[in-house]
Amino acid sequence: MAQAKLPGWVNAGLIPALNLLVAFLVSGLVILAMGENPVEAFGYLIYGAFGYAEAIGYTLFYATNFIFTGLAVAVAFHCYLFNIGGEGQAYMGGLGIGLVCLYLGDLPFWAILPLAVLGGALFGAAWAAVPAYLQAKRGSHIVITTIMFNFIASSVMTFLLVEWMKRPGSQLPETTHFPDQTWMPKIYELAKHLGVDMAHSPLNLALVIALLCCVAVWIFVWHTRWGYEMRAVGRNPAAAVYGGISPAKAIMISMLISGALAGMMGLNELMGVQHRLIINFTNGYGFTGIAIALMGRNHPVGIVLASLLMGALFQGGAELAFEMPNITRDMIWTIQGFVILFTGALEHMFRPRLERIFIKKDTEAAA
Amino acid sequence: MNDILMHLVLVADATIRMSTPLILAAMAGLCSERAAVIDIGLEGKMLGGAFVAAAVAYTTGSVWLGLICAVIASMLLSLLHGFACITHRGNQVVSGMAINIVVAGLAPTLGHALFHINGDTPALPATARFMSVTLPGAELLRGVPIIGPFYSELISGHNLLTYLAFALIPFISWMLYKTRFGLRLRAVGENPEAVDTAGISVEWLRYRAVLIAGALCGIAGASLSTAMGASFIRDMTAGKGYLALAAMIFGKWKPGLTVTACLLFAFTDAIQARLQGVELPLVGEIPVQFIIMLPYAMTVILLAGFVGKVVAPKADGIPYIKER
Repeated sequence: MAQAKLPGWVNAGLIPALNLLVAFLVSGLVILAMGENPVEAFGYLIYGAFGYAEAIGYTLFYATNFIFTGLAVAVAFHCYLFNIGGEGQAYMGGLGIGLVCLYLGDLPFWAILPLAVLGGALFGAAWAAVPAYLQAKRGSHIVITTIMFNFIASSVMTFLLVEWMKRPGSQLPETTHFPDQTWMPKIYELAKHLGVDMAHSPLNLALVIALLCCVAVWIFVWHTRWGYEMRAVGRNPAAAVYGGISPAKAIMISMLISGALAGMMGLNELMGVQHRLIINFTNGYGFTGIAIALMGRNHPVGIVLASLLMGALFQGGAELAFEMPNITRDMIWTIQGFVILFTGALEHMFRPRLERIFIKKDTEAAA
Repeated sequence: MNDILMHLVLVADATIRMSTPLILAAMAGLCSERAAVIDIGLEGKMLGGAFVAAAVAYTTGSVWLGLICAVIASMLLSLLHGFACITHRGNQVVSGMAINIVVAGLAPTLGHALFHINGDTPALPATARFMSVTLPGAELLRGVPIIGPFYSELISGHNLLTYLAFALIPFISWMLYKTRFGLRLRAVGENPEAVDTAGISVEWLRYRAVLIAGALCGIAGASLSTAMGASFIRDMTAGKGYLALAAMIFGKWKPGLTVTACLLFAFTDAIQARLQGVELPLVGEIPVQFIIMLPYAMTVILLAGFVGKVVAPKADGIPYIKER
């Protein structure tokens, strides 16, 4: 009996769906407790996310951020490392992207794009390198060090934006605008060149880069030696050592790639929309990456789906806050927290019951 | 000379005041992790406690009722953590993060729905706060050199929760090391199989440990919003829960060392307020952002190996699966 396994669609489809349903049910109860109608609230949420063409563009735009940060958490998790520092790594990556756009902005776009990708990835990876090194060589707890690096990144960036990089004459902690040719082309602009008329939204070329990263991560994790070594260390470090794999090396590699992915988030947010380096542009997307990776089972396809869901939550949440002033945008965080709780920490809640149902059925069918 | 002494006394005074929530939260983490349940959710429980304490104290006018409700709210969050990690053997770090994120969203949402001021609570009147207590004889001794400022500034003049926090330190050490419950709690963190074999419920022990942690976090939160501050402000914990966790790791999961680490963090916090805008010899004025960064940077530096070999409770973070 013990060897009997749940069918694949139950494991990868039904269980996450059930967990998600419970998360939304509990969120609905919170909305009910606040004296609002949860059905109406979720109606606004869904309409705000998918109800019209522009909304879909925004949903995809947010999803792009989450693909980057979700992939980052997932890659580290394959090595059994909790990278809670996505927020700081994305912030630092933004600095790298900002420096490229501000100081090399005279170059044509085809030259800037790879440089910006490199800048974001390098700065993000560099910010992940210190906690990675401390974990690999000194055994410092990576959860604590990456959290501390989030706070340090925030202080450093505030300092830079207030003291060094601030736009002359401005009161706000932000840089001057990036030159026009560094702006990431919007999808609707590209579509217009092809003669297609699309709704205007901030959705831009970064989505394509994010999807390319998904493919790259899939190849890296499951089809390269580094990826294999990383997963081996994640599963069982002692066994990996006997297999001739260096855990320290695997930890460094996975964290550097994780930081690089998080660092690229600025491509979407800064080059796509803000067109300048601003304070707190990461807006908690790094933390959301944890939810994305958990929901997406650390697989690129799952991460894209989870990012779509979370993107819808962020975009629909704006509509919800507008239609129901009693519910603020903070409610999105609550829903997100419940999603992490039920899909991550309580992922096995329904498993025993489902095992009883499906495995019993199987044995009956066999008999 | 007297001036320098006064400065030192004031910094020490601020250190004690600011260490209160850290000590309470670190003790909470200690109780939980000694029973092998990792508690990243200290931050969220503290924030929840801070919100409930301020909201209840404002609406009822009773700070005591606020404190009690904060403790209950924080213990409920602990139960949720226990349900996920102990009953369903979920990932403890994930559960803790989830609690932090839920509370970070829920507190301002409820705050907005109740008070309509951007998610904060209205300012509390002095009657609905824990105000500083003047110990007997403080005024009388003020004029006496050395002892006078020491007693009247440093020992006297704190709020009740600060005294409670410091009183809890020996109590928790006693509970952990001298009582039968403490022995079992530590045993369940090192060798749950042995505890189970002895016929003691591993789950119920761990639940009690996380409930104690919840109660302590509730008090820590109340101290933020009703004693140190006069209202709930969104994200007012600002990483104190994580710092408490770091303090516990430096403290090698031992109460005395953990409190020392908390005092060290509180000290950097206290001098941070005094360093702002001050010209230092050689380096000149330090930008305020770097001063704010100090406790976090120190955590990383200390974790990088200046604390010696750190040994966590053996079963820390591992869910217990009873053999059948």
